[in-house]
Amino acid sequence: MITQKPIFYAGLLALIIVLPFLFPTYGVQLAAMWLMIIVAMTWDMTGGQMGYNSLGNIFFYGTGMYVAALVFIGFSHDIGQYTDASGGGSFQFTDAQYFTGLFLGLIAAGFFCAVSAVVIGMLIFGLRGPYFAIGTLAVAIAAGELVSNWDWVGGGQGIALPIYPGDIDVGKKFFYFMFAGLGVSVFIFLKWLYTTRFGAAINAIRDDEEKAEAMGIHTMWYKLTTWAISAFFVGIAGGLSAFQLIHFEPLESAYQTINLGIFMVVCVLLGGKGTLWGPVIGAIVFHLFKEITWAYLLGWQWVALGGLIVVTVVYFQDGFMGWLKHQKPEWFGIRVEDSSTGKAGTAE
Amino acid sequence: MTKIIEVSNVSKSYGGVIANKDVSLSVKKGTITGLIGPNGSGKTTLFNSIVGYHPIDSGSIKFENNEISNLQVQEIARLGMLRTFQQTRIYGEMNCVENMLISLPHRKMSWRDRFASNTKTDYERADHLLEFVGLYEKRFLRSGSLSFGQQKLLEFAMALMNEPTVLLLDEPTAGINPTLINGLIDRLKRANTEFGITLFIIEHNMRVIMNMADTIYCLAHGEMLASGTPDEIQNNQNVVDAYLGAH
Repeated sequence: MITQKPIFYAGLLALIIVLPFLFPTYGVQLAAMWLMIIVAMTWDMTGGQMGYNSLGNIFFYGTGMYVAALVFIGFSHDIGQYTDASGGGSFQFTDAQYFTGLFLGLIAAGFFCAVSAVVIGMLIFGLRGPYFAIGTLAVAIAAGELVSNWDWVGGGQGIALPIYPGDIDVGKKFFYFMFAGLGVSVFIFLKWLYTTRFGAAINAIRDDEEKAEAMGIHTMWYKLTTWAISAFFVGIAGGLSAFQLIHFEPLESAYQTINLGIFMVVCVLLGGKGTLWGPVIGAIVFHLFKEITWAYLLGWQWVALGGLIVVTVVYFQDGFMGWLKHQKPEWFGIRVEDSSTGKAGTAE
Repeated sequence: MTKIIEVSNVSKSYGGVIANKDVSLSVKKGTITGLIGPNGSGKTTLFNSIVGYHPIDSGSIKFENNEISNLQVQEIARLGMLRTFQQTRIYGEMNCVENMLISLPHRKMSWRDRFASNTKTDYERADHLLEFVGLYEKRFLRSGSLSFGQQKLLEFAMALMNEPTVLLLDEPTAGINPTLINGLIDRLKRANTEFGITLFIIEHNMRVIMNMADTIYCLAHGEMLASGTPDEIQNNQNVVDAYLGAH
């Protein structure tokens, strides 16, 4: 099992690289799948590993979009004039301006969202359980409404960005690999983070926060840091989406609480909360399900999606990975007492 | 000997119910101090006040000569004063070793240490302490599947892992099989002598507390009724009356 791991990961990486070349017509959908994986993995940091179910992570997605777009525009032009003309043809970006602005925008989006997570977190991390969920949802909804009434950033019209300079197919692959690169980075980062004391501490907060406090763990610091890291990645993903979508507006695409904001939670529930692979598997299954029903069951797609959520919540409360953990605990290094001898399983 | 905890004239009431009234006591460094009293006499309330679980109405609580009555639970825990719970609290989904590793003294960690992995020494200490409380054989089991008594032992081991200077134990022997109690008394004493941890113990089992404590305080109806050595307490008529209901 151990020796097969590098081969498994190498194969996976190869698959990720050849995927857009195998299915060139699905470039956009594949990038969207990576977006789903990223938001699901980062949602699970607080929701699954730390026990704080946020319904407001979409706030960082939307804010990431806006920050990235504004930094991008501001790098080359005057933002007020640009949004006034709704990005109409009169504003040109050279290739150098496009790519420099894009990378600056993404980095700014990540850091801005991380800082806002700390600020918002200080206000609402006193809330627990459903109150925290509703509190975060309120933040996302309020942000959407505020931005749609703010003319300087385009108001309800949103912002139109220039299309990728160059060949359209190359552009699709560019965004695919940007999302894939971000997704793989998040995965590797979390795989490491969950093995550290940091990972153990946020698990302790999830299992019994009062006990963690009584043991002297700096709970607030851990909660803020976790959410800030999560927001950092979501912000970058939001920024990438802004450039991929070309045009976005506040309520339907940026602060889309009822779509992506809920989908990321469903992905994690499907795959299994609090596991490394659960959100990844959940996001892939969910995305395939969504694309297939949207293509073949048009008109009924929301019903099918609702059905999927009901089945998951009623029959697979621990998600796929949770179910697997119960079936094959030894695969996860969990030892079960041998009832015949009363002794624990032998150590490695 | 220096006083490590000093409680002076502490009062605490919940609405109209006076849980602690003008309570004063002190715990000397390196000793085992007992706190007894009939049910509802305010023992756990006093513990909660000391560890910062709730604010007190009046009075003063000092730890190593610093006022701590206005500090939060985590801040007090980081000073090196830990408590265990009457209703045992462990991280039930994790195995015993994981429970131990989470209990490493975070107060001694820089933020870089928090992002580090546990060291070989950490694992050895966890194993050593689990062996100390007799849970070594069960160390890879999910801690939630242990018996109540074993969970209490685990919670005790977790507290030791945290390297406290003072440990407040709320009824450490309640719910433990009588045959295991002697072993637990022995371990508590060793924690005191070998690890140099000052113990402050709420206990209902008179045999246990009389066996261990250097000094005993007795609360009744939220007020301090008596204090002294185990012998003095056993022969104090007020204490006997309080327990038999004559008070």
